[in-house]
Amino acid sequence: MANEVCLRNMDLDRPWLLEQYKSRGGYQMLTKILTEKTPPDTIIEEVKKSGLRGRGGAGFPTGLKWSFISRNAPGQKFVVCNSDEGEPGTFKDRDILRYNPHQLIEGMIIAGYAIGATLGYNYIRGEFWEPYERFEHALEEARAAGYLGENLLGSGFDFELHSHLGGGAYICGEETALLESIEGKKGQPRYKPPFPAHFGLYGRPTIINNTESLASIPVILEKGGEWFKDLGVENSGGSKLFSISGNINKPGVYEIPMGTPFAELLEMAGGMKDGRPCKAVIPGGSSAPVIPGDMMLDLTMDYDAIAKAGSMLGSGAVIVMDDSNCMVKILERMSYFYYEESCGQCTPCREGTGWLYRVVHRIENGQGRWEDLELLEDVTKKIAGRTICALGDAAAMPVQGMLKHFRDEFEYHIEHKRCMVGA
Amino acid sequence: MSEEQTVTIEVDGRELKAQAGAMLIDVTDAAGINIPRFCYHKKLSVAANCRMCLVEVAKVPKPLPACATPVADGMKVYTRSPLALAAQKGTMEFLLINHPLDCPICDQGGECELQDVALGYGSDVSRYVEGKRVVKDKDIGPLVATDLTRCIHCTRCVRFGAEIAGVRELGATGRGEHMTIGTYIEKSVDSELSGNIIDVCPVGSLTSKPFRFQARAWELTQFDGIAPHDSVGSNIHLHVRRNEVMRVHPKENEAVNECWISDRDRFSYVGLQSDERLTAPMIKRKGGWTEVDWPEALDETARVLKQLHGDQVGALASPASTLEELHLLQALMAGLGSNHVETRLRQNDFRGKAPSFPWLGRPIAELETVDAALLIGSNVRKEQPLLGHRLRKAALEGAQISYINPFEIDLNYAADQMVDTPFGMLADVAGVAKALGATGGLIDSAKVDETHQAVADQLKQATKASILLGNIAAAHPDYAILCGLAEKIAQASGATLGFLPQAANSVGAQLLTGKGNNAAEMLANPCKSYVLVGLEPAYDFWNPAQASAALKAADSVIALTSFRSPSLEQTATVMLPMAAFTETSGTFVNAEGIWQSFSGIVRPAGEARPGWKILRVLGNLLDLPGFEQESSEEVLAEIRENLADKKPDNSLGDELPAQQLSQTSGLQRIGDVPIYAVDPLVRRSMPLQQTHDAIAAAVYINANEAGKAGLSEGDRVSVKQDGHQATLGIIIDSNIPDGAVRIPAGVAGSETLAGQFGQVTLEKA
Ligand SMILES: Cc1cc2nc3c(=O)[nH]c(=O)nc-3n(C[C@H](O)[C@H](O)[C@H](O)COP(=O)(O)O)c2cc1C
Ligand code: SF4
Ligand code: FES
Repeated sequence: MANEVCLRNMDLDRPWLLEQYKSRGGYQMLTKILTEKTPPDTIIEEVKKSGLRGRGGAGFPTGLKWSFISRNAPGQKFVVCNSDEGEPGTFKDRDILRYNPHQLIEGMIIAGYAIGATLGYNYIRGEFWEPYERFEHALEEARAAGYLGENLLGSGFDFELHSHLGGGAYICGEETALLESIEGKKGQPRYKPPFPAHFGLYGRPTIINNTESLASIPVILEKGGEWFKDLGVENSGGSKLFSISGNINKPGVYEIPMGTPFAELLEMAGGMKDGRPCKAVIPGGSSAPVIPGDMMLDLTMDYDAIAKAGSMLGSGAVIVMDDSNCMVKILERMSYFYYEESCGQCTPCREGTGWLYRVVHRIENGQGRWEDLELLEDVTKKIAGRTICALGDAAAMPVQGMLKHFRDEFEYHIEHKRCMVGA
Repeated sequence: MSEEQTVTIEVDGRELKAQAGAMLIDVTDAAGINIPRFCYHKKLSVAANCRMCLVEVAKVPKPLPACATPVADGMKVYTRSPLALAAQKGTMEFLLINHPLDCPICDQGGECELQDVALGYGSDVSRYVEGKRVVKDKDIGPLVATDLTRCIHCTRCVRFGAEIAGVRELGATGRGEHMTIGTYIEKSVDSELSGNIIDVCPVGSLTSKPFRFQARAWELTQFDGIAPHDSVGSNIHLHVRRNEVMRVHPKENEAVNECWISDRDRFSYVGLQSDERLTAPMIKRKGGWTEVDWPEALDETARVLKQLHGDQVGALASPASTLEELHLLQALMAGLGSNHVETRLRQNDFRGKAPSFPWLGRPIAELETVDAALLIGSNVRKEQPLLGHRLRKAALEGAQISYINPFEIDLNYAADQMVDTPFGMLADVAGVAKALGATGGLIDSAKVDETHQAVADQLKQATKASILLGNIAAAHPDYAILCGLAEKIAQASGATLGFLPQAANSVGAQLLTGKGNNAAEMLANPCKSYVLVGLEPAYDFWNPAQASAALKAADSVIALTSFRSPSLEQTATVMLPMAAFTETSGTFVNAEGIWQSFSGIVRPAGEARPGWKILRVLGNLLDLPGFEQESSEEVLAEIRENLADKKPDNSLGDELPAQQLSQTSGLQRIGDVPIYAVDPLVRRSMPLQQTHDAIAAAVYINANEAGKAGLSEGDRVSVKQDGHQATLGIIIDSNIPDGAVRIPAGVAGSETLAGQFGQVTLEKA
C-alpha cells in the first residue's frame, strides 16, 4: 500500500488548501488533543510506539528525542522543522511543503504541545521559493482558522509558527548549524553535547525534526502507533518517502512501506531507462556508500537491510546508475560537493575534503598515481569520526564505498589515464 | 552540578582529582600533562574546531577533544594511546597540507605553536602534492600585520574580538577551505586591546606590524617590566636585542592584567627610538642650546639652584615618575626649603581635602564582580583599558554600569549614559545623590529625574557597587564638588568610593607629594625657578598656555627629560637627559595600591641617566643631607620606611565646597586627553599615532550647536579661550551635548589654548 501517511492526500485536486486538508480529517487530531487536553506524555508514548525514526538521515527515534525535553522547565522551548533538504538526491520534503503543508503544520503544533513549546520555526531550503510560498500561504490559512496564535481553539494553549528561508548552504541542514542560522549567525555546527534538547535555539530546549518526521505525526496519532509501526518491518516502522532519481523512467517521490524490496520501488519508478543494467545504487543520499546494482536488487528498503549491506537508508534518496556512468567521475562530482559545502571550522573536514576532491580529480583527469588509492582511503579514515558534525563522515563514506566496490575503475583510470566506461 | 563536587579520573595511568564538569584539558594542564592544542585558549569560549587535542577515552569508540570534554568520575583517558596519537597526527597532517611552511621568513618562527607541535606530531615529508591555498593579506591597520595564508582557522582572534575586546572586528567569512579571517568590509581593527590578537594567534598569521622583520625570536632576551601608561600597572615582558627593546608582551598576572595588555602598553616602546630623544645635557646660552658634558650641566644646575630658596622654586613632575624619583625630588626641594612638588598637572580644582591614599577602592580583579557601578567623568575604556575590560565583564554578568560624562563615550556593552555639559554633570551627580536621600550643598536644590532614581536604586540594591571618579572628572573645574557628591552617593548607597587614577604612579605620587603649593598655584603665581621631570609643557598641563607663560617668565627651568620638544626648548634653561621607560629601575603604585618594582633593562639612550641618579647627584652637589643612596633599592627602602603605615584611604574632608566655579553661560570646552596623547613616550610611538584612536585636535560639536553658529563639517574656526587662540577644524559629532564642544587636550593644535575646561568662543576662520 502506497501513500498512507505524508502523501495520503495526493489524489485531491489542490491538497495544499486548508479546506481540502480538512475534508480528509485534517486538524481533527489537533482539535481532539486540545479539547480533550490529552496528556503530553500520552502523545510521546504513542510516537515512541510507532517506531518512527527521524527521516532527516540519522534515523534517531523521534519519540525518544521528544522525551529528552524537560517539559516543565521554565522559559521558552522551541519546535524546529528541518526543511533544508540539502542532501543530494533528496526531494521529498519539497513535496510535503508543496502538497501537504497543513499536515506539517498540524504535526508541529502537536509537537509543541507535547514538549511545552509555544513557538516553532520551519527552516526551508533557500532554493525552495515555490514551496516556501505554499507553506507561507498555509500558515496564513491556519492562523486565520485559529490553529495558530494564542489560545488555540479556546484551549489556553498558544502556538506560533514562522518559516525561515535558508541561504543555500548544505551545512545549514545540520541541526545545530541550522539553529545558528536561524539566530542570524554563520551556519556552523555546534559542538555536541550539549544537544538541542538541552541547549537549542537561543540556548533554549529545542526539538528539531525533519519535515517528513513531523508531517507523519498527525496520521500516527490518528491511526495509532501500532498501525504505523505495522506498516513497516522490525526496527523500521511506518512507510517512508523515497526520492528516486537517476537512469530510470519515472523519477519522483514514492511513499512505500518500509521493507519494500528495492526491485519493487524500481518498478514503480518505471524501471531502468533504455533497459540498461542497473550498475550501482546510492540508497540514502549522496552521503551513503554506493551499493552495486545486483546486490541492491536483492535488498529491501529498510534501515537494517541497507545497513547490513554496508550503506545507509539516510534520507531515502535513491540514486540509480546504469552502466554508462563512470564511477570515478561520479565520485569526483560528489567529492567536489563536500569540498564546497564543508563549513570549514574543523580541520579534518576543511582540509580533508579538499584533498579528497583534488586527488579524485587528478585520477579522473589521467594524472592519478598508484599510491593515490591508499592515500584516499587513509585520508577518509582521518576525517571520519573526528569532526564536529557528520559532514566529515558524509564526505568520507562515498569515497570508501566507491573504492570498495569499484576499485577496478579507479585502477583503470590510473593505468590507462582514461575512462573504462565506453572504452 | 554542585560546584564543589570533586571527581577522580585517570589520565595515562595517573590518578587526578578534578572538579566535576571541568574540561579535561584544564585538568591535564593543571597536572602538567601536555595535550597538543590550537583553538583552545583558557580565556576564550570553547570552539573545539582544530581537533588537535583529540584523546582516547575508555569506552568511547571515537577520540574526543580534551578541550570540550567535561570530566566525569571514573573517566579513563589516554592522551598518547595509538588511537589518540593517530588522531593527533592526522590533524597535524591536515593542518600542514595547506600551510605555506614558510618558517624561515615568518616572524612567528621559533615561537610558533604550529611549529612546536609539528615537531612532535608532524611528519618530515608531506603526502600532499596538490597546489596549496593562498590567501590575500589584508591591511587591518598600523598595529597588526596579516599573513593569512598561514592561518589555521582556530578562530581564537575572532573569539577574542567578540568575547574580550567586545567588538566583532574580525570574523571568519567563507566556507570550507575558502574560509578566511577578515573584517568583511575593508577596515582597520581599532580596539584598544587589538594587539592581543597577535598573542592569541598560534601561528604567524597575525603578527606585530612594528616588530615585523626586526628580529628573530631566539635573538631576544626577555625581561620583566611594568607598563608605564596607566594606573593598571600591567605586568609585561620586554624583549630586548643588543640593548634595544624590540617588543612588549603581556606577562600573566591574574590579579592585574590577566594575560592581556592594552595596545598603548604594547606599542609605546617604539617611541623609545624617537629622533627626539635627548642624548646629552644641554644648556641654553644666549638663546641657543649648547650640548655640554654632565659635570658642566650638573655644576650649572647646582649653581642655579643654590641661589634659590624656599618659595622661589617649584617642582612639577609627571605622574608616571617613579616613587624613587619623586622621593629624591621631594628631598631636593625640601633641601632648598621648598615643599612645592606637584604631579596632578591635569587638575585645576584643588579645593577640599585630597584623600591621603586615593585608590580604586577595591582590588582590580574585584571590579568584575560588582553588580553596579557609577562612573563620573570617565572614559575608562580608553583611559585605563584593562579596568574598562573588567567593568565590561561585570556588565556581561548583569551589572548595571552607569556613566555621567560631558560627552557620550563609545562603549562595548550596554550601559546608562547621562550626558550633559560640564556644568550639567554636577546636576546629574547631585540628582543621583538626592535620589538616595543625601543632603547638603548642591544636592538640596537638585532635581531628581527617572534616570537618577534608577541609578540610585541600582546602587542601593547592589551588594557590591562602586562609585568611580575618572580622568575627565579630575580635570573638571569643579572636581572638588564632584568628589564630595560622589562620596555622598557612596555613603548613602553603601557603595564603595574609588578613583580611576590617571597615570602609572598617580597613586604613588600622592603618597609623596602635594604638600606645598599645588600645580594651579605654582603656575598662576609663577615661581622664580622650576624643576620639571618628564614633561612637555605644551601637552602635559591642564592649562598649557598658562604653563608655558609661567615657565617662560621664570629665571630658570631645569628639565629632566627623555625627549627634546619645541615647547621644552622654548621654556627650559637646562635640559638633563633622563632615562626613559625600560632604562631605569623604579617602583609604581597602581590603582589597587600594589607596589610594583622593575629594573632598568637597557642602557639609557646616549648620555641619559636614570632620574633618581640625576637627582641624587644634584643633592650631593648641593651638599644636602639624605642623598647617600647607592641604588634605587636603597631609595625604595627609605620610602617604605617612611610610608610603612600608609593604607589606601579615599576619605575626603567633610566639607563640601558649596560654590561652583564652572561657568553657566557660553560654550563650554571639554578637553579630554585621548588615549594616545597621555605622555611623551606614547605621543612618539608612530604606530599608535597612526591608529583611529589617535585623534587630532579639532572642535567636536553637535549639529544643533554647529547650526546655531553657522558652521559645518570641515570648516576652520578660530577658537578663543581666556585670551588664547587656536585655529581648528569642525567635526560634527552627535555625542557632544548642546552647550559644549569637545576640544581634546594633549594633542598638537590645542596647546595654544587655556584650560581643559572653560568657556570658548568660535568664529569662522
Ligand atoms: C551535513 C548535514 C546535513 C544535513 N542536512 C539535513 C537536511 O537537509 N534535512 C534534514 O532533515 N536533516 C539533515 N541533517 C540531519 C540533521 O542534522 C538532523 O539529524 C535531523 O534534522 C533530525 O531530524 P530527524 O530526527 O527527524 O531526522 C543533516 C545532517 C548533516 C550532518
Ligand atoms: S565536519 Fe565539516 S561541516 Fe561539520 S563542523 Fe566540521 S568543518 Fe564544519
Ligand atoms: S584544542 Fe581542542 S579542538 Fe582545538
